[in-house]
Amino acid sequence: MQMLLSMHCLLKTKKSMLQFDNVSMRYPGAGDVLRNVSFHLERGEMAFLTGHSGAGKSTLLKLIALIERSSRGQVLLDDQNLNQAKDRHIPFIRRKVGLIFQDYKLLQDRTVFDNVALPLIIAGYGHHEVSRRVRAALDKVGLLGKEKKYPAVLSGGEQQRVGIARAVVNKPPMILADEPTGNLDPELSAEIMHLFEQFQQVGSTVLIASHDVLLIAQMNYRVLKLDHGQLVES
Amino acid sequence: MRHVTKKPIKQERWQTKISGGNFVDKLYAYRNLHAHALFSSLGRLVASRFSSAMTIVVLAIAISLASGFYILVANLQQLAGNLEASNQISLFIKDEISEVRANKFADSIRKNPDIQAVKLITKEQALAEFQLYSGFGDAVKALEKNPLPVVIQVLPKNSLENEQALAVLLDDFERAAEVDFAQMDMQWVKRVQSIMEVARRGVILLSLLLGTGVLFITANTIRLELYKRRDEVVIAKLVGATNGFIHRPFLYSGFWIGFFSGVTAWFIVTTIMLILKRPVETLSRLYDDGFHIVFLGFTETLALLLISSVLGVVGSWIVLHFQLRQLKPE
Repeated sequence: MQMLLSMHCLLKTKKSMLQFDNVSMRYPGAGDVLRNVSFHLERGEMAFLTGHSGAGKSTLLKLIALIERSSRGQVLLDDQNLNQAKDRHIPFIRRKVGLIFQDYKLLQDRTVFDNVALPLIIAGYGHHEVSRRVRAALDKVGLLGKEKKYPAVLSGGEQQRVGIARAVVNKPPMILADEPTGNLDPELSAEIMHLFEQFQQVGSTVLIASHDVLLIAQMNYRVLKLDHGQLVES
Repeated sequence: MRHVTKKPIKQERWQTKISGGNFVDKLYAYRNLHAHALFSSLGRLVASRFSSAMTIVVLAIAISLASGFYILVANLQQLAGNLEASNQISLFIKDEISEVRANKFADSIRKNPDIQAVKLITKEQALAEFQLYSGFGDAVKALEKNPLPVVIQVLPKNSLENEQALAVLLDDFERAAEVDFAQMDMQWVKRVQSIMEVARRGVILLSLLLGTGVLFITANTIRLELYKRRDEVVIAKLVGATNGFIHRPFLYSGFWIGFFSGVTAWFIVTTIMLILKRPVETLSRLYDDGFHIVFLGFTETLALLLISSVLGVVGSWIVLHFQLRQLKPE
């Protein structure tokens, strides 16, 4: 029985891209932001993370990107226990995770090309390889030809697509988006969501935090719902 | 069922994801990262030319003060270096004493077992020597009467190294009826030598002080740069930049600031020396032409550039070490 259980665990782990085991997160003075959250995402799975403001969506994403560390419980990314990751490992773990933000977080004084190229330059790719991959990523998000533009002259939807291109240019196995459509109108939001579907179709694991219930309902994917730090629907 | 995995994270496992895995690829990646840091730091310097130039000039002035003092002392050293410390004592004979009596007095000194050599310089000899070496020959010629006294140079035996014994000997000479006053030549040589020692230490202390200044000015410049680029640092960290990647451009910036300050300081010092060269050499020719102005040599120039570059790098390292930890995505 014991053996069966451990074999089961092993199989589960192998297939998981992301696994939360009884994860709690407590901020000093703010109480528990996450309480005993457990779930797992399989490789190539796409899911939404929803809940009211302050339910802990952003905190949950921050744990995956190691921007925060859990107070209790374990987070496993690609079979690796993030609780045991040392500070010097963090950059390499983050390279496995493509992050997309509500406010895009683009460098305003750099061109679209330079913004998208950043993860590749950080990883030490050569000039030609950077150029090739950046063009491929921009092509995927439909911004080819705008490499030399600065973010300020682009529309909100275009800026978010630059952010997405930057997140996927290094082909990370995991894509995390925190309210990616929060600043966009419904039509643009649908386009962005369609992009995420495409990444999921080529094998990426995608987790999107959003409180846009209507949009989520239109798409038929798994929904993880947080309520006051507890996972109430999975 | 709670699932617990205690698999340690090995750095290699993450790092293989950087760019290929083999050694050559890593070497290329390393080269690319350094080239990026080198050019981006130069680019930043050029992009903010006005503030960079101001910083570099301030640093260059500090560095040129230190190296200017150094070269000044090196030049003075040249003068003091010719002086040999000896225990020679000069006895200035009273004006009313005749040369014959002075000679007798010299003979009596020769009998002293503590004395190694005695030499008498007559008034005429002294005048000739003075005219030759002092540069005031013409002025002396204008005088009606030879103002110089007879001098007896006394060299005590080396066994008389003891300061106190020498002082006693000097005292004895002072009390002799023939002697106006006795003077130990060594005393002023010693004075010059201790002045030079003070100057040398002064240069070291001044250099330390100014070097510390350079360090902190660079640090502050880099701190401002870091502050200006904090968004970039945070975003780079979010997309997987290592501390090394973040540090490198700032360290290179520190290097460039230090290096260019060193180059500017060299030009400042050399220009000042060139301006002073002509009048100093004219002055030297008026004396016995034994003095030649010394410039910053090859080794000194190399040391100057090296020290200022290192100060720049260390200055920015200090800031990165203490400030960058605060710049975290959260």
